[in-house]
Amino acid sequence: MTLLLFADITIFVLSVLVGFEVISKVPATLHTPLMSGSNAIHGVVVVGVMVLAAYANSALGYGLVLIAAAFAAMNAVGGYVVTDRMLEMFKVRPARLASSESPTVDEP
Amino acid sequence: MTGFETAVHVLYLAAAVCFILGLHKMTSPLSARGGNRLSAAGMIVAVLTTLVVLAHDHVITGVGTGMLAIGLALGAAAGLMTARRVKMTAMPQLVSLFNAVGGGAAALIAFSDAISHTGSVPLSAQPVSTTLTTVLDLLIGGITFSGSLIAGGKLAGIVPGRPLTFRAGRAINLVLALVATAAAVTYTTGHGGVTMLVLLCLAALGLGVLATLPIGGADMPVVISLLNAFTGTAVAMAGFVIHSTPLIIGGALVGAAGGILTQLMAKAMNRSLVAIIAGGFGTGDEQSTVALTAGGPVREVTVDDACLQLAYATKVVIVPGYGLAAAQGQHELVELAQGLTDHGVEVSYGIHPVAGRMPGHMNVLLAEANAPYDELKDLEEINPQFATTDVVLVVGANDVTNPAARRIGNPVSGMPILDVDKAKSIIVIKRSLGHGYAGIDNELYLNPRTAMLFGDAKAALSSLLTGLHAYIT
Repeated sequence: MTLLLFADITIFVLSVLVGFEVISKVPATLHTPLMSGSNAIHGVVVVGVMVLAAYANSALGYGLVLIAAAFAAMNAVGGYVVTDRMLEMFKVRPARLASSESPTVDEP
Repeated sequence: MTGFETAVHVLYLAAAVCFILGLHKMTSPLSARGGNRLSAAGMIVAVLTTLVVLAHDHVITGVGTGMLAIGLALGAAAGLMTARRVKMTAMPQLVSLFNAVGGGAAALIAFSDAISHTGSVPLSAQPVSTTLTTVLDLLIGGITFSGSLIAGGKLAGIVPGRPLTFRAGRAINLVLALVATAAAVTYTTGHGGVTMLVLLCLAALGLGVLATLPIGGADMPVVISLLNAFTGTAVAMAGFVIHSTPLIIGGALVGAAGGILTQLMAKAMNRSLVAIIAGGFGTGDEQSTVALTAGGPVREVTVDDACLQLAYATKVVIVPGYGLAAAQGQHELVELAQGLTDHGVEVSYGIHPVAGRMPGHMNVLLAEANAPYDELKDLEEINPQFATTDVVLVVGANDVTNPAARRIGNPVSGMPILDVDKAKSIIVIKRSLGHGYAGIDNELYLNPRTAMLFGDAKAALSSLLTGLHAYIT
């Protein structure tokens, strides 16, 4: 086993543990945005596609780059945009108390 | 390590830190949006850094650059459009679609890495760590790609939601698994070359389809979570193949997230993961099951009486289920709740973890209808409150309120439920006395304090809204 591989394994294991630790604290209310947000994070696969695009030199290789780049970009961009759209909707009750309480508080 | 390489690695590390801090900020609805943006900023840093590396290295060909640019532009446009247009009820299928393309991209990385090696480094000279991760990436990525597409198709109604099983299914599965294993072992030990990878890829795609088809619609929250974990793992494997730290970290984080959600969902549905994957059990959509009369007297309530109870209550808890989302009645429900709140009634929502088609789906649907998130309570938070609740309004939820779960010896035994039967009065809006997912009578309906308001959720809520105007101004 090479040192490089071992470093990769170390990063992987520690990241899984950090993931467990951070994500188990997310409340059930936010589980859908959590999933779509983490979905966007695996869009980081786009970096891998870009790295490999450098080595493509055949028709098949170019084709694979094209498809993989489209897939990965869709994953990353779509994931972040839709998560943002969802989280925008999570609001506290708007300040409507003033209007609803006004008829009842006319005591001297 | 040159100065350039150091800078690149520092930037990749910064991106990874953004991902983790972004997820950390998801612990509160207040900071979650900022967290997602931080995570997106990390992604932008990672992509820009890689662009600089490409420009610096000068290895990429002109055609390669063009293909990459076109692919990225097309994908980004498609992602942006679908993300902007999608309805919140369709969120599960969109997440499935993003899972599919993410897993697909990861699998293609393994493939194109193997192709670019042919000629330069003979397969037999490659370390087992590379061939093994290549094989794992292709296998997991392939299963995720086709599996997610089928799952998304089921959710969108393109593929029938009921469990699709056929006699030879298991035999074909076994054959595919054997083919995949044989191809994987052959390639890992340095034989066969790209042909083996094609074979493995086809077997993985087949396995993904056959594994997802027999799973019923109501098991979807678990399946989506599991496929999410799979995609993360596939991306991490792709990271191993090309020694890319951001991919390993990003993939591992998603793998952990998907793993946790899978566990939570399986627990909330009272189903073991094995039973779900084995499949072929119910569809979960109440509407599709035959209405059966429960074995005892069931009390009905008029709209006017229900309005009276709600208007004079001090504390009301609303329990929404998938039936509400299916009837598209969220907006009427939230309007009703707001009317009651303005009238001085304490209103909150008790939301079961599986009330929807993916984890937390009901919360998003209610948030879209402008329900304030501090009124959305989860199972642990709301259960102690039922004892002091005057009226519980159950809309489109069934099995998750069945008190039979507290006893042993029935299909819902041990399932965590909402203790609605502890409230002073229970009003259930339901189309009929039909069975839920578990296929058994709901004992809640026989409770003397339970009253049924039969009808479609949206229509019933509308009439409640109208009726309520007589009692509240």
